[in-house]
Amino acid sequence: MSGPEKLLETEGRWSTTMGASFPGERVVFRGKDLFHDLGSLSWMQLYLYGITGRIFGEHQSKLFEGIWVLSTSYPDPRLWNNRIASLAGTARSTGSLGVSAAMAVSDASIYGGRPEIRAMNFLLRAQKSLDAGKTLVDIIESELAKYRNIYGYGRPIINVDERIGPLHTMAKELGLADGPYVKLAFTIEETLLANRWRMHMNVASLIAAIAADQDLTERQFYLYMLPTFIGGIVPCFSEANERGEGTFLPIRCDQLAYAGPGKRQW
Amino acid sequence: MADKRDIFNTRIWDEVPEADNPFAAAASFCHGYDVYGDLLGKASWIEYLYLLFLGERPSSQQAALLEGLAVALANPGIRDHSVHAAMNGGVGGSTSASCLMAALAVGAGQLGGAHEIYRAMEYWNSCGRDIKTWEHLLRNPPQEERIDIWLPMEHAPGFDPHGASCSTPVRQTLTYLSAQSPGPHLPWLSAQRVLLESITGSPLAMSGVAAAAFHDLKLSAEQGEMLYLLLRLPGAAVHALEQKDYGWRRFPFFTNALHLENDPGPVVAPDKETSDAK
Repeated sequence: MSGPEKLLETEGRWSTTMGASFPGERVVFRGKDLFHDLGSLSWMQLYLYGITGRIFGEHQSKLFEGIWVLSTSYPDPRLWNNRIASLAGTARSTGSLGVSAAMAVSDASIYGGRPEIRAMNFLLRAQKSLDAGKTLVDIIESELAKYRNIYGYGRPIINVDERIGPLHTMAKELGLADGPYVKLAFTIEETLLANRWRMHMNVASLIAAIAADQDLTERQFYLYMLPTFIGGIVPCFSEANERGEGTFLPIRCDQLAYAGPGKRQW
Repeated sequence: MADKRDIFNTRIWDEVPEADNPFAAAASFCHGYDVYGDLLGKASWIEYLYLLFLGERPSSQQAALLEGLAVALANPGIRDHSVHAAMNGGVGGSTSASCLMAALAVGAGQLGGAHEIYRAMEYWNSCGRDIKTWEHLLRNPPQEERIDIWLPMEHAPGFDPHGASCSTPVRQTLTYLSAQSPGPHLPWLSAQRVLLESITGSPLAMSGVAAAAFHDLKLSAEQGEMLYLLLRLPGAAVHALEQKDYGWRRFPFFTNALHLENDPGPVVAPDKETSDAK
């Protein structure tokens, strides 16, 4: 039978390499002095340092920031995560509550968190299978047979992803578009299109490939992507918050299409 | 005004508008019952909760089971991760919603949290009351080839990886709920508990009891996960409020608990360094 031994080991003691504050004196951030060693970093460099323990160069940092810009949530209040921020704004909740709820909701299955981490996971598994001698066609067939989809390819509404062109151009301009996973991501798309599957790459695959080429792990990539949608979420909150209370897309009673049991007595 | 209005599809809720305002309901119906005109004053909170999730009035046995479970889950106690999280909101004077959001976020997890309920209910769906299937699954837990936002389970869902023996409240709850249950799974769990614990090497946890109770109530794994989140909020709420009242000076900061393994030490100013060298 198990027991509380592991709890007893850490009771009243948490060893950390991530940091500590020394109030009125200094802050240690992953083994470095925040104000002395890290104060000149960009926010993106600091954020990535917090996730990976690595200080990324200027070009890498620009690329990672550019990804956030190009793949942020479009500030369209109809989009599900944004709409939560708009609803919070119109219902006069706080910015923090509305935005953090919208961010939490972005951990979704058909967009956001799950497709992103699985897009990188597919690229890594595909490369491993290629290294083991399989062909891309075999890999794709196997993935589709098992899961009926390939994260990073295909898109629910429109098959072509308008973000890929600008993102790829930016990566090229920064000299960071030639890594093996970016090449693999495009080769997979070519294979999908050349065969019977007719699926284009979506931006999750290209972002995942870029991150993989910069040696982010899947979990690090997931954490890096968390704030991406904030860019579009906040404007939705602001606008609804500034307009008349309750005026964001009010719903009439007769907009409910009820299909349950008929009227009955308790 | 839009020419064609968007609609929400629902099998749960219907409304009739007031004559003078299309945005105000004159009557609201839940699964066909007039909530304010009939159900209010007749249905208990637990009966209404059951109706909301399952679409029908509960039998007296079903209501007793859900009532018992709701009491057992209402306050996991101060040491529970989700309640601890809520108290961290309260003590800093955070918004009430953020305290509950903290409890939900932390209590959503796979160690004693709602996603553990989901996983445990998947086990119930796969194994039912077949001990051999349980044994096989517990000894060979499913391995997902693809990564997910959730980590892989690190222990048998519904069992306590840090438990030395099945705790008294878990046994008391299991005994009580088994006696109330209309379904066969809680009594079966009660009878098989020791054997299952010997297979997992860990004692049954409250999450395991809750998952079996939800299964007996015929909730899906997703419904069980959601209801578990909801039923554990009262404790988080009151403890957050209590710590807000006590104030931060009386809230543990674990001052001496942190051990920094890679402290670079204070930065020495160059002039200080030079003078020290002299």
